[in-house]
Amino acid sequence: MARNRLLSAVAMTAGVALLAAGCSGGGSGNTSDDSADGTTLTWWHNSNNEPGKGYYEKVAADFEAANPGVTVEISALAHEDMLTKLDASFQTGDTPDVYMERGGGELAAHVEAGLVQDLTDGSSEAIEKIGGSVAGWQVDGKTYALPFSLGVVGFWYNKALFEQAGITEPPATMTDLVAVADKLKAAGIEPISVGAGDKWPAAHYWYYLALRHCSEQVLTDAVTLKDFSDPCFVAAGEDLEKLILAEPFNSGFLATPAQTGPTSASGLLATRKVAMELAGHWEPGVMQGLTEDKQGLGADTGWFPFPAVEGGEGDPAAALGGGDAWACSAEAPPECVDFVNYLLSDEVQIGFAEQSMGLPTNPAATGSVADPALAELLTFRDEAPFVQLYFDTAFGENIGGAMNDEIALLFAGQGTPQGIVDATQAAAESE
Amino acid sequence: MADDVTARPTRTDVAATPRDTARAADRAPRSAARAAGGRPRASVTVEWRKRLEILFFVTPALALFAVFVVTPVLQAVRYSTYKWNGLGPMDDFVGLQNYANALRDQVFTGAVTHNLIIIVLSIVIQLPLGLAIALLLNREIRGRAAMRVIIFVPYVLAEVVAGVVWLMLLQPGGLVDAVFDGLGLSAAKQLWLGNPEIALYTVMVVLTWKYLGLAIILFLAGLQGVPTDLYEAAQLDGASWWQVQRRITIPLLGPTIRTWGFLSMIGSLQLFDMVWILTKGGPANSTMTMATYLINQGTNRSLYGYASAVAVLLFGISLVLAALYQYFVLRRDNQDAPKPRKVQR
Repeated sequence: MARNRLLSAVAMTAGVALLAAGCSGGGSGNTSDDSADGTTLTWWHNSNNEPGKGYYEKVAADFEAANPGVTVEISALAHEDMLTKLDASFQTGDTPDVYMERGGGELAAHVEAGLVQDLTDGSSEAIEKIGGSVAGWQVDGKTYALPFSLGVVGFWYNKALFEQAGITEPPATMTDLVAVADKLKAAGIEPISVGAGDKWPAAHYWYYLALRHCSEQVLTDAVTLKDFSDPCFVAAGEDLEKLILAEPFNSGFLATPAQTGPTSASGLLATRKVAMELAGHWEPGVMQGLTEDKQGLGADTGWFPFPAVEGGEGDPAAALGGGDAWACSAEAPPECVDFVNYLLSDEVQIGFAEQSMGLPTNPAATGSVADPALAELLTFRDEAPFVQLYFDTAFGENIGGAMNDEIALLFAGQGTPQGIVDATQAAAESE
Repeated sequence: MADDVTARPTRTDVAATPRDTARAADRAPRSAARAAGGRPRASVTVEWRKRLEILFFVTPALALFAVFVVTPVLQAVRYSTYKWNGLGPMDDFVGLQNYANALRDQVFTGAVTHNLIIIVLSIVIQLPLGLAIALLLNREIRGRAAMRVIIFVPYVLAEVVAGVVWLMLLQPGGLVDAVFDGLGLSAAKQLWLGNPEIALYTVMVVLTWKYLGLAIILFLAGLQGVPTDLYEAAQLDGASWWQVQRRITIPLLGPTIRTWGFLSMIGSLQLFDMVWILTKGGPANSTMTMATYLINQGTNRSLYGYASAVAVLLFGISLVLAALYQYFVLRRDNQDAPKPRKVQR
């Protein structure tokens, strides 16, 4: 009896504790930035490895020294973790003060939801300096984020394997590309790897072909008016279909992931199993992480731009790319704008380039890129008449996703060039 | 099948609930009754006290249930009537449009078909195979304990780990291909996960490998419940081993088999982790399940309203199939089961 009562007393206490715990969850949303004697800026970035991590700590310390009363609180997160956390923070409205924006439709959705600060006036100087690269981060003529790294996509190839197959010149046209692929196959080498399992690497082929087939005006209209009626978009799909039918891609490419593990598309290039891959400025870094000696292809790394097409309206020098930009969340204190301006200053961008952290957007830093492969890419980017933001980013997740799904179906032999345009248009009209 | 929590779809995964619900709901009052029992005083006040106690002990469970199960389900139903990208205010009410879109989408109806194929194949493959192995392992044979462990290992392994291992084995030039080469069967090699025609069946093989252990362990447990005197009687009558299994073991194993079938069906409907790791639903949507479709539309495409509608459909389909199974298959087990007895004082 006594034991029974004791037991129920214990159980009751436990029950009450449980209920109390259930109720107390809501009280922790207090994220007031203003401490008693100053301002705290929270900054999320994805340079969680050296030298980037240390460099950004120094940048924050320098800014604090120049702005007494301001504290910069850094969260250096792994890239995927940062994106996941950012997605969650956008939904709860508890966004960090300074964070990374990838531009395009994603940014437009954030702007529409009132989550981002307009930097047009506060950062006019930096915007002017960066120039055209800022276009991907503008919505209705206003600038919401400052791109600090802007890269381009092209073919990375293994010089030794090209030589082995007797190829002296990188392909300049799509016909050349097929010829090169045939030569490699004849030499017993798989020509191209593509991570179609992740869809976007396959989609890059269609994006680039659209860039070669469509004039800049048509592309701009497509992004702003969501109009894909120009026949150049179908032509892009037809050229892609031709390429796929020539079978240049690695065995099982439909299930190949982009860059995770040695059997991913990047891994196949890094471990010398294929001769080339279409990828962005990140490729040398990714390849280094996928080989045991941390060298990637080392001295055998080569790069050539996406080939031209016959009869295309697009400029063969135009580039497909994308980048990362610093933005201030809607609730951020005014010091945030000073901080992102500082992040784009000559001083910080030169250091950024010297550490090979990316392709700087401030022209003052152009000469400071240490890595030769990145320097070569930077030249191509700066000579390009314009850099088209990756279509899936430019159109946002919904339209971009529909587009990528349909392009992946074309790679699987189940889609049509017209199907890509139709699915994209349908997704755009459902917005 | 979706019993582990590794990569379970987030709050939109409302379909995980009916089972948990039933379990939680009947566990709580029983323990309450036990605690209240054994008191030698009988009066009106005791009745009231008992009710209060029951109420008290059930409340935390109910509160948790309401917060973590009922609310998300209701929220999903609400979200499903809006066009919403997860950001900003939800102000674009579209009624049942999301449901209509889902039912018109060939990728979704394809996913439903895949789920149904997986249910049928699970039962058709795993039931006879599991039963045969369980019957074998139930005999006195050398190394029985070791064999049981080996068979159960895949089930214990985390789904994500098992998936990544199989992904590597099945890759072109991976170990599976090497085995085929070694056996001189190079011609039989396939793009196991890269060919839309066979990817679903490759996934099915991995699932069978993963979940056969559960079926066998359940069947073995069921076999322990078959009274030995029945076997003795059969032996006296001169029945063969095969006759014994057919006439005694398998019929008496019925309730276990039917329960396993239920778990297998619900698991197949909610199948997510293994597919996500092996193929992400591809190539060309050939392995898309309702759960991977829902995650793809929700998190990757930011169509939260639409994904909620898909979640509600998944919930509805699971509920209907569960109810049908309960009615047509499990009913006789329920009828045969002993009625709950009153607590003896």
